Amino acid sequence: MRKVRIADSILKFLIIGSSLISIGALLWIVGYIVINGLPHITWEFISTEYKGDQTGILPMIISTAYIIGLSLLISVPIGICSAIYLVEYSKPGNLIRCIRFATESLAGIPSIIYGLFGYIFFVTALKLRMSILSGSITLSIMILPLIIRTTEEALKAVPNSYREGSFALGASKLTTITRIILPSAIQGILTAVILSVGRIVGETAALYLTAGMVTRIPDDIMSSGRSLSVHLYMLAKEGISFEQAFATATVLLIIVAVINFIANMLASRIKKATTAR
Amino acid sequence: MKKRISKLSVVLISALCLSGIFTGCGVTPSTPNGTNGKLSIVGSTSVQPLAQELADAYTAKNKDVKIDVQGVGSTAGIKAINDGTCDIGTSSRELKTEEKAWKLTEHIIALDGIAVVVNPKNSVSEISKEQITKIFKGEIKNWKELGGIDKEIIVVSREAGSGTRGAFDELLKIEEKKDGKTTSYLKADALIAEGNGSVKANIASKENAIGYISLGFLDNSLKALKVDGVEATVANVKNKSYPISRPFIMLTKGEENATVKSFLEYIKGDEGQKIVSEKYISIK
Amino acid sequence: MEKSKLKIKSWKKAKIEKVVEHMFLICALIAILSLLVIIGFIFAKGLPAILKIGIVNFIFGMEWKPSEEVFGIFPMIVASLLGTAGAVLLSTVIGVFTAIFLAEIAPNWVANIFRPGVELLAGIPSVIYGFFGLIVFVPLIDKWFGGGGNSLLAVIVILTIMVLPTIISISEMALRAVPKEYKEGSLALGATHLQTIFKVLIPAAKSGILASIVLGTGRAIGETMAVILVAGNSPILPESIFGRVRTLTSNIALEMGYAFGLHQEALFATGVVLFVFIIVLNLILNLMLYRMGEKA
Repeated sequence: MRKVRIADSILKFLIIGSSLISIGALLWIVGYIVINGLPHITWEFISTEYKGDQTGILPMIISTAYIIGLSLLISVPIGICSAIYLVEYSKPGNLIRCIRFATESLAGIPSIIYGLFGYIFFVTALKLRMSILSGSITLSIMILPLIIRTTEEALKAVPNSYREGSFALGASKLTTITRIILPSAIQGILTAVILSVGRIVGETAALYLTAGMVTRIPDDIMSSGRSLSVHLYMLAKEGISFEQAFATATVLLIIVAVINFIANMLASRIKKATTAR
Repeated sequence: MKKRISKLSVVLISALCLSGIFTGCGVTPSTPNGTNGKLSIVGSTSVQPLAQELADAYTAKNKDVKIDVQGVGSTAGIKAINDGTCDIGTSSRELKTEEKAWKLTEHIIALDGIAVVVNPKNSVSEISKEQITKIFKGEIKNWKELGGIDKEIIVVSREAGSGTRGAFDELLKIEEKKDGKTTSYLKADALIAEGNGSVKANIASKENAIGYISLGFLDNSLKALKVDGVEATVANVKNKSYPISRPFIMLTKGEENATVKSFLEYIKGDEGQKIVSEKYISIK
Repeated sequence: MEKSKLKIKSWKKAKIEKVVEHMFLICALIAILSLLVIIGFIFAKGLPAILKIGIVNFIFGMEWKPSEEVFGIFPMIVASLLGTAGAVLLSTVIGVFTAIFLAEIAPNWVANIFRPGVELLAGIPSVIYGFFGLIVFVPLIDKWFGGGGNSLLAVIVILTIMVLPTIISISEMALRAVPKEYKEGSLALGATHLQTIFKVLIPAAKSGILASIVLGTGRAIGETMAVILVAGNSPILPESIFGRVRTLTSNIALEMGYAFGLHQEALFATGVVLFVFIIVLNLILNLMLYRMGEKA
């Protein structure tokens, strides 16, 4: 009995200890950054350009927005269509296995390899240079698996009764998909998009040498632009200014928190909807 | 209500994507030679601050020109101009033989000193060239061998593609060239920092570190050592008493378009060189 | 007349349906296509380099000196493996115990506050962890142990913190997914709460916990920018945990901007090695999952 008691105490100690370490460490990091960063986030910081003495992050915010927009524009249609094929049309077989293997593998490739590929292929070989375009195409390949997977789940969650009912009423497959299934799955698809946005915002290695590090507001998609994460990396690496670094990190944290919040709200709405049925 | 919010979000996100594309299509993308008044300058981190200042001054006068400056590394810049992925490449070292074979046009725009720096708390203030070489090769390992405290010397160097490193290693004989091959004798466990700023950040935060940076990056967060009794200043580099210096080169390939020509002329002219002489040595 | 009009209409519709179906298929094939292009490119540039350098020289070579055409990545393989292993080990222990706390021991209101918090942390960009490591852990390590602070230890610490939220959130989900009957049955048989947790619940949640470890390992071995900030980047075997290291990923990031010729191909070859490691890792872990599935 004593042995059990000692073992129990050790385990209890480990459990409480681990929880304190993990929760504590995570609170420490977020707290440290936000406390040091919040005072430096002024309206000026967010809305001015990064030129000379000015250290505003407006160009970085705009670059990030462009990259998000363009990457989503490329990968969301392709991703949704792929998922539709996988769920609605395909028959189990080798082709499906290949496609699934492809998406799983794409998801496992480290982002620096995307960066290396993007630099050699898009920037240099296709002469797209370091630009928002190069960065976005690279990122769109990276988020494709995420969109396909999450959309697949959303489509699968649509009850078969919807499909059967639609066919019974004489609608064609295409009509069923566009009028019945997609609208029902739209919240899940939105979740896929929001998760991808989160991934893009946090990405540095793949953008570093494809979208470049220019601190101006990009004129068009062929311009180079520095995203927020890349900006934080440069600030940290060069030790230019701790205040700017903390402020940029805090802005990033806020963006990620907002994205997470929206994704969670969508997820709980979907849950409520499906359990209500 | 749910569906309305979802539809609204879909519309908003599509609008975001479309706006990205329309802005992209609104301006015609510049041809590889930057003929739309847009220049892309890629290269040395040492040259970058100077290039940015020159670019800002030039675009203030010529409002239809836009110049992007990116600091990746000298070798990256030389390669970029050769590959055609930028309009001007910058380097903070002389070109190597294999690079000269690429027939790039070299424009020297300034001269820069390389300062050997330590943390301000370090008691050592002077050093000889031989001592520097020995430290970076790993033969001198402790500060007490230089009259300082009994602590291991933390050597900070740059990545292999750095022009500053190339110039430094060559001038201080930390590398040797034999039959076209260069052998580096840099201490194997030297801390490799990417970019002048990173070297600065590392040395400012580590009391026992030593490294080298472009003279233009020197400020109060670091202490520059006197080399062979000579202080690292712009004047001393100009009168050649300070032994460690290298040129800033802007590179082009083939036929230069009007914007490139104009910018380069500006830099080599009186106005450009005035900006250069603030922290560097002008070529005049 | 009516009948033939209808026939044409439905014939047209059928055609559109077929075309659209093929469009969807093409989109799905784009996924395969991009994968093939990327993998093909990496292997096409990397494999010849490995052959030119010699596979033994490349994988077991101790020196990485591109200017002398010496390309040995063994120290970097060791750095990546040690960094990942250390981080995964630490974060699994700390993470699973924390998941137990959140799923079984903490009162509901505490768990409901921390769960979204942990999920949020899983989504934080890794540069932020790198930045934090640079300004807090590196000087701390330098103060206590000397050597500058940029070290394998710093890498392990930030990778652990990065992987922790993933392991905590997925393990907690796995624990909560265990059917209530298991727990009730065990307690009814007289086992203590702790005994129930470790002898019944954890084994039942095995596959979820293992899946979280797989995800965490993938994230750790692929991390680049944050590692560059704290590792010191010397391409050598570290003498101790306080020595500077360079991981496979950092090597690619540091040099890809300026490498050309055989040097560039060697970087692709590094990518090939990374890729192989990840595939092997996934295979091993999937095999373990399969075996556990069999036993259950």
